[in-house]
Amino acid sequence: MAEYYEPVLLAQVGKPDSHTRAVYEQAGGYRALRKALTEMSPLDVIEEVKTSRLRGRGGAGFPTGLKWTFLPKDHPGPIYFCLNADESEPGTFNNRIIMEDDPHQMLEGLIISSYATRATTAYIYMRFEYPLAYRRMQAAIDECYAAGYLGKDILGSGYSLDIYIHRGAAAYICGEETGLIESLEGKRAWPRIKPPFPAVEGVFRKPTVVNNVETCACVTHIIARGAAWFQSIGVSPDPNNPRDAGSLGPKLYCLSGHIEKPGCYEAPLGITVQQLIDRFGGGIWKGRKAKAAIPGGISMGLLRADEFDCPLDFNGPSKYGCLGLGTAAVVVLDETVSIVDFLHNSARFFAHESCGQCTPCREGTSWALKILERIKVGRGRLVDLDLLLEIGDTIGIMPGTTICGLADGAAWPLKNAIRKFRDEFETYIRESNPGGYGDTTPVPSLSLQELTLLGSH
Amino acid sequence: MNTTTISTDGPVLTPAMVEQIKAFFPRYPSRQAVTLPALHVVNEHLRHVPLQAVVEIAELLELAPAQVQDTLSFYGFFKQDAPHGETRAWVCRSVSCAIRGGEAVLDHMCQRLGIHPGDTTDDGKLTLEFGECLGACEFAPCMLAGDDLVKNLDELSADKFLDTLGVAPSSKKNKPSLTDEKK
Ligand SMILES: Cc1cc2nc3c(=O)[nH]c(=O)nc-3n(C[C@H](O)[C@H](O)[C@H](O)COP(=O)(O)O)c2cc1C
Ligand code: SF4
Ligand code: FES
Repeated sequence: MAEYYEPVLLAQVGKPDSHTRAVYEQAGGYRALRKALTEMSPLDVIEEVKTSRLRGRGGAGFPTGLKWTFLPKDHPGPIYFCLNADESEPGTFNNRIIMEDDPHQMLEGLIISSYATRATTAYIYMRFEYPLAYRRMQAAIDECYAAGYLGKDILGSGYSLDIYIHRGAAAYICGEETGLIESLEGKRAWPRIKPPFPAVEGVFRKPTVVNNVETCACVTHIIARGAAWFQSIGVSPDPNNPRDAGSLGPKLYCLSGHIEKPGCYEAPLGITVQQLIDRFGGGIWKGRKAKAAIPGGISMGLLRADEFDCPLDFNGPSKYGCLGLGTAAVVVLDETVSIVDFLHNSARFFAHESCGQCTPCREGTSWALKILERIKVGRGRLVDLDLLLEIGDTIGIMPGTTICGLADGAAWPLKNAIRKFRDEFETYIRESNPGGYGDTTPVPSLSLQELTLLGSH
Repeated sequence: MNTTTISTDGPVLTPAMVEQIKAFFPRYPSRQAVTLPALHVVNEHLRHVPLQAVVEIAELLELAPAQVQDTLSFYGFFKQDAPHGETRAWVCRSVSCAIRGGEAVLDHMCQRLGIHPGDTTDDGKLTLEFGECLGACEFAPCMLAGDDLVKNLDELSADKFLDTLGVAPSSKKNKPSLTDEKK
């Protein structure tokens, strides 16, 4: 990895009035849109994005250009584009920074992507808790209409597009693409069984593309600078593995938790956790030692401090037993954090956010929380650890028991924390419940009052 | 339990609200898609969405009230029984904030106000709630108060926030403690 890297996605962030069209255009903004709409056909744009090997930044890492080719050919329309700005994965805030500080960068990519996919309406599904991003994005959209970058016959190309912001209502599951679609339709955000995939039957039963904010921001630069530029950054596909799509391009890494300088930093895909901490984070806070880190949002699981050489590309975290790169949000836990507390916090999140549609996920996440509450207050048993692992091993798309990936995200912290820190759990249980460990008789459940005190409901 | 009764004194949606909701119609090919925008419009004006409003939204969107109610109740966001406080604040309890003391600050605020998380103070000035990750983890621990993000929250800045609101402690509820766990 190059020692010095000039940020592209964050190039404007932090500059005065970086959210305005004037400043954006001074820095060369909307040239890519002009180029795409006047010099390229939609197929040319798709080809360029395919060649760049851009993979989605929203969590799953699916090749973006390939996804666009799944749209039916010669569909009479309408085709919809949904921009996923629901960003709710704990630890993640890069989409917020783009939308607040450089909304036009993303908007330009969104217009280009909509053109490529022949979408005539694009919805930006934005989580409700982003009021500033909402105002800035809306202002940016208004500026685009005024400049003729949106609306009818954009730049005389004959292509027309409307963009609307749709605000969510504080539910993590609306970030899952089919949950998003259901929510946009005005229903409860219950993810759909796939297939049919959204590209074939999505929102309002029409072909739909769902892409992440950062993915669209990347599209802007791919059109502006060319696919070859994008490919020159990051980790190339493994020539010995024909199924590896590589990890190319720049990536926004969110760094938070017990770190001296938390923030959002840009680096080529493939930087390691340790490099991120040393180069950008200013080290572990208060001069302490790290105990563990989340590699890409809480759903991805845990790395031990001795695994910080893990490269943060699409293949790295899974080689260390984590679920994947996820949102590339790294949360550092210092040596004073109890892994029991961490896992309780994680379980509480997923029990709260499970949409309740699939029994294994609904019951699994809520039982994992109950068991961890019991362990936390000193009524744990050693067998509870195996019970938690059993839940972790049996809920999710991977074992094939649930509709969406939320359950896999709930499972991974359970599996990683207990398998990588089993000693700490056992010691905690032995010390907090000296009479009870090894005892398999049922433990009475906590009273409602105690549960409230733990802040779980 | 839902204590709201269907009003017999006529509509709760003002003409202004109805206009605001109708303005969303051209954006979507289906009326049902206006459900969330409509709920937000009503919530902005009334700080909750009473059942009567659900009935009226359903009529506007050509839906059964149960369809609107189903969506509303899925999102824990909308209160139905009573309006939330003049300010609604969420203190983040997710990982980055929790490990930097977020829950302890919320505990401090609850102790000072004599309320539980989720409650509204007696003077109606503040509803204080837990939030999951607010997407502002670089400022952990943090709180979203209305449209304002309070960054790097600690007892001092929390007190300042409560002082500025001029919110008075509530008397009727038990003082909770989040950190008083039996270890
Ligand atoms: C539970 C869950 C939550 C998700 N939340 C988000 C999110 O907030 N933002 C996002 O872009 N993708 C999220 N995703 C991934 C989306 O389903 C989808 O893969 C993504 O938006 C596709 O865009 P991309 O290809 O540009 O990454 C989530 C997935 C799951 C299973
Ligand atoms: S896995 Fe969980 S969150 Fe996903 S659809 Fe099933 S119940 Fe809902
Ligand atoms: S964990 Fe609190 S804002 Fe993200």
